[in-house]
Amino acid sequence: MTRKQKSAIEVTIIYLILALMAIIIGYPLLWTVGVSLNEGTSMFSASVIPDNPSLEHYLWLFTDPSSDYLIWYKNSLIVAVVNSVVSVALTAFVAYAFSRYRFVGRKYGLYAFLLLQMFPSLMAMVAIYVLLNMIGLFDSLIGLMLVYIGGQIPFNAWLVKGYFDTLPRELDEAAKMDGAGHFGIFFRIILPLAKPILAVVALFNFMAPFMDFLLPRIILRDPENFTLALGLFNFINQQFGSNFTRFAAGAILIALPIALVFLFLQKWLIGGLTAGGTKG
Amino acid sequence: MPRDLTKKKKLTGSVLTATILSVLFAGLGQLYNRRYIKGVLFIILELSFLITLGNFITTGLWGIRTLGVYAGEDHSILLLIEGIIALLILVFALVLYVYNIVDAKKNAERRVAGEPNPSIRKSLKDGWDLGFPYIFVTPGLIMLTFIVILPILFTLALAFTDYTFNNQPPRNLLSWVGFDNFAKLFEQDGIWRNTFISVFAWTIVWTVVATTLQVGLGLFLAILVNDPRVKFKRLIRTILILPWAVPAFVTILVFTAMFNGNFGAINQDIMEPLFGVTVPWLEDPLYARMALIMIQTWLGFPFVFALFTGVLQSISKDWYEAADVDGGSRWQKFRFITLPHVLFATAPLLIMQYAGNFNNFNIIYLFNAGGPPVRGQNAGGTDILISWVYNLTFELNQYNMAAAISIILGLLVSIFAFFQFRKTRAFKEEGEM
Repeated sequence: MTRKQKSAIEVTIIYLILALMAIIIGYPLLWTVGVSLNEGTSMFSASVIPDNPSLEHYLWLFTDPSSDYLIWYKNSLIVAVVNSVVSVALTAFVAYAFSRYRFVGRKYGLYAFLLLQMFPSLMAMVAIYVLLNMIGLFDSLIGLMLVYIGGQIPFNAWLVKGYFDTLPRELDEAAKMDGAGHFGIFFRIILPLAKPILAVVALFNFMAPFMDFLLPRIILRDPENFTLALGLFNFINQQFGSNFTRFAAGAILIALPIALVFLFLQKWLIGGLTAGGTKG
Repeated sequence: MPRDLTKKKKLTGSVLTATILSVLFAGLGQLYNRRYIKGVLFIILELSFLITLGNFITTGLWGIRTLGVYAGEDHSILLLIEGIIALLILVFALVLYVYNIVDAKKNAERRVAGEPNPSIRKSLKDGWDLGFPYIFVTPGLIMLTFIVILPILFTLALAFTDYTFNNQPPRNLLSWVGFDNFAKLFEQDGIWRNTFISVFAWTIVWTVVATTLQVGLGLFLAILVNDPRVKFKRLIRTILILPWAVPAFVTILVFTAMFNGNFGAINQDIMEPLFGVTVPWLEDPLYARMALIMIQTWLGFPFVFALFTGVLQSISKDWYEAADVDGGSRWQKFRFITLPHVLFATAPLLIMQYAGNFNNFNIIYLFNAGGPPVRGQNAGGTDILISWVYNLTFELNQYNMAAAISIILGLLVSIFAFFQFRKTRAFKEEGEM
């Protein structure tokens, strides 16, 4: 066997493996699309390639009076936008202090961030439930946002601080020489330079409410307050087989925009994660 | 000479006086040092603290000690939370108080050394510089305290109470039971111990196998696609990243449907036509576990793949050329060039993958809610520690046991975290600063 033949066989095997992977990845996704086009809500009669494909479930989500889908979409968007904006601001403040100042308690604060981000958030759920009840924010979007914003601090503060650390300190010194105060350095030097990592944090916090069903499930009760993930989960939670086609249609409508954003920005997301998260 | 000595003695005495005055009431020492603004500020702080929060703190401390006296009237859980808040405020106040004493002492010493008091302007500026990082940290810290730290302390406390379904406030009062819950968890031949051991074992197996598979597959595919002979790299990479891009809760629920024994596609379209068998994916613990590991591999490899792809592209070609000159085999190139590069650059993120699966509640819960049920234990066949805790809390209302298990979980995570951070170079540098 010549070297060329051997190489050709190898390349063929590589392509075969990749083709197999493409099937394994594509099958469940295409299956969902197929199911969502079936008529009727029963799973038992559904098939991947429906005999009479129809968009009835998509229409139902948007037009049926008993469908809350648009309200859920609106709720999710509100939570996502607020969470993303406030989280970035708070996190940047904390990260700046930890990156640029030496103050009493700094070292223990860093240890605490690293430790706290590893604790499963479930551990806190009972207390959050009681606390939100105490201050009357149970079953409200504001309560949900507060928990999201507070809970993301340890992980993201660490990430952003790692990035701030890579920005040269000479810039701060130069700005100080020119008479810039603490706020001036922060707003005019650090923030503009840290745009990439702040965008990553903003994006993560924007997408989290679309993907999380657990926290809304514990905090929210009224279907008017549901976020998309929780609403969809409840579609099929009661009787698994009976609403699946509708769930599939609703799920595709969330998955599509998120997947597109992800695919466009993935290179950049990974860049941000490795820059802030690994550092050396 | 003697006159100098007495003067010195008097001055040393003034350090003591300033310190004692500050111990008696915050701010007095500062007044004595003629730092009037600071002194008045401290006095106002302590007064307002005593007036507004003194009552709250005494009730809070009473509440956390007794957890209530009159059943039906005192709500033990609320008392517990208020008690913890009172404790946190108290700690914060004590820190300020100690700072006030240290400050008075230092200032007095400076006066003894003959340094003049700084001008108001300068001391304001110093205060601003010194206090600035705290101002920036405060909003985040307050959120963190109430959303993360307070709840964790609350869970810690619950583990030492008798809060269960049969014993719920406000109808009943809770009481402190010491380590009883932990003793129950490890009681010889008890149902708790059996369950704990089997759940713990599966958690470890799950974490190691699922994570290693997803890392291995990610690495394997990254190397394949990185081969210079492969074309359409962009398209292939996009396809391989799809499982990461689709929200996990959607795909997990889709898989749940596909693995369903009655209408699932896996049995209908694959197992039956190809092998002539139907597999009870959701009903048999062993098959359910296999299905979970497969699903997690599907979900988890794209992140690793993307990560490794980035690193592979950054390895200099010179290394491989040098290896070719030396006649290195393909395996040797992988073992001594590719692997060390890749692992060195991504180790912390890979370790986080293991931690993530250890606490991967979503997949376990969404796939089968921890089921199928297993005889002789109160957790399902696929329950990992975290999903068991969820079940105990929100389905069975065994709050105290759930909290005790949470604490063990937290301890495990902390030990794990400790070893990870010791190895991370970035943190070593931090530690020295």
